[in-house]
Amino acid sequence: MTTATLEKTAAAEAPRKQKVILAEGNEAAALGVALARPDMVSVYPITPQSSLVEHLAKLIADGRMDADIVDAEGEHSVLSVLQGGALAGARTYTATCGPGLAFMFEPYFRTSGMRLPIVLTIVTRDGITPQSVWGGHQDAMTVREAGWIQVYCESVQEVLDTTVMAFKIAEHHDVMLPVNVCLDGNYLSYGASRVELPDQADVDAFMGEKNVNWHVALDPLRPMAVDPLTGGTTGKGPQTFVRYRKGQCRGMQNALSVIEEVHADWAKRIGRSFAPLVEEYRLDDAEFAIMTLGSMTGAAKDAVDEARDAGKKVGLIKIKTFSPFPVDALMKALGKVKALGVIDRSVGFRWNCGPMYQETLGVLYRLGRHIPSMSFIGGLAGADITIPHVHRVIADTEALLNGAPAPTEPVWLNEQD
Amino acid sequence: MYEVRFHGRGGQGSVMASGILAAAMVEEGKYAVSIPSFGFERRGAPVVSFLRMSEREIRQLTNIYQPDCIVCVDPTLMKSVDIFAGMKAGGTLVQATHQPLSELTLPDCVTTVGLLDAVKIALEIFKRPITNTLMLGAFARTTGVVSLDSLKRALEDSDFRDAGLAQNMTALERGYAEVVVHQIERRAAA
Repeated sequence: MTTATLEKTAAAEAPRKQKVILAEGNEAAALGVALARPDMVSVYPITPQSSLVEHLAKLIADGRMDADIVDAEGEHSVLSVLQGGALAGARTYTATCGPGLAFMFEPYFRTSGMRLPIVLTIVTRDGITPQSVWGGHQDAMTVREAGWIQVYCESVQEVLDTTVMAFKIAEHHDVMLPVNVCLDGNYLSYGASRVELPDQADVDAFMGEKNVNWHVALDPLRPMAVDPLTGGTTGKGPQTFVRYRKGQCRGMQNALSVIEEVHADWAKRIGRSFAPLVEEYRLDDAEFAIMTLGSMTGAAKDAVDEARDAGKKVGLIKIKTFSPFPVDALMKALGKVKALGVIDRSVGFRWNCGPMYQETLGVLYRLGRHIPSMSFIGGLAGADITIPHVHRVIADTEALLNGAPAPTEPVWLNEQD
Repeated sequence: MYEVRFHGRGGQGSVMASGILAAAMVEEGKYAVSIPSFGFERRGAPVVSFLRMSEREIRQLTNIYQPDCIVCVDPTLMKSVDIFAGMKAGGTLVQATHQPLSELTLPDCVTTVGLLDAVKIALEIFKRPITNTLMLGAFARTTGVVSLDSLKRALEDSDFRDAGLAQNMTALERGYAEVVVHQIERRAAA
């Protein structure tokens, strides 16, 4: 290849100019959806909804997005409508949260079993009761064992970019699983930030050809039984059921490398990089670490910088991909530190700790090295996780490093706010 | 980092004002984040919105507890809410009011004050007491951290159209032109 050809290729692959705008997280998600060109969107447009679907409806009404929008009579119908669309070969999308997600649960579980690559944004919200409409991760955490991929975003830009990538991950033929893009209610959903909007032609090249129903279809030219009756005591029934479940688990494990590949491809084509599974921040020379998820991470990074300036050898581990849980990537990160504090924005009722903390304990067991650790729970029902809150986490975790006994109960960060 | 806290009542557009100001700052090449304190707010209830501006990327997505500047788009709010909570020393207040400075009780942390009779002007322009864009004009003049032109461009890119856009442009300009800015000399503590 001549030098001239090389330069031409490089120029063709460099991302086109990106428009800089101010967008709230909900608008960024809608813009990401529009860039991915879905064929069908279905929503239930009332509480608990967010401005996300208003932005989508406007994009469609303004002709900036060419998709059918179906206002269904409830979230259960929303996801059922999208299942039909996906089986007919459509790229499909919806958004919900809290009680809407709960009402969606029956088709939610079915979606991953049928291997339908639907993308669903959860604008995360705390669980009721007590009554609350504010943010928290409890809704997404509650459905974490239903076979969906779940990724959490730190910033509005990451919401936009990840929303596009979610379709590519879901539709990868080694994965074929639905994806939740989790975006923190309030702080991200209504928080407006400067974002860069990728060029449509660059995104089209990134997305490639769509083929979402090669494996299961409602298609008169390919008649097949969809979602057949399986199970039972012996024979074909339970064997088929096991084959489905093993396939789902394999798809989840395949997703780990696919998520990495898709992020790398996005970085190459669009020019922005995000850690796909686990981000290590100032970790290489750290003695202890704090662990975060979602929009709390920005303030936590600022706090880590301040603590570093004060001479504390602290690093940060951010989980982006929560499901499948990135065991190997997290083992690599945890292998670098001698004490750990994990901040959750939801409650694990069974273990009396945060759910991410509980998952991490399993990783520490596999790592085969005991390090002292503790669980912090903050940001419930809209509460803020500020730099001072994170400094408390850093101080308590440093105390563990220096031999303080680990508490048996979580530290509730906003208890005295 | 420059931090602004907007105070208003539900329906007055303080959250929208915070968003338009952030868009104007982005227009100027800066980083800005605007986060409303959201919930079951209804018309008339006190609402708050937070805005951060920086030359560098802003990572923390949190509320603001120690603002450099407070913009209060409602003239009666100061009586029912401690709008000055946590304000930094040497701070700026941009207040909608018909009262002169001498009739306001302000804490020592406030040293720059922009006062605008925003309700009276809003009634002239909109026939309704919608003060948000007027107060953005007043903010630009009082603080100098954003230009009137950038605010106008941000307004053009917003959802305002036709007559509504023209009225809000007028409001921006009149807010900028008619705000009365005071510097308060504070005696150093003895």
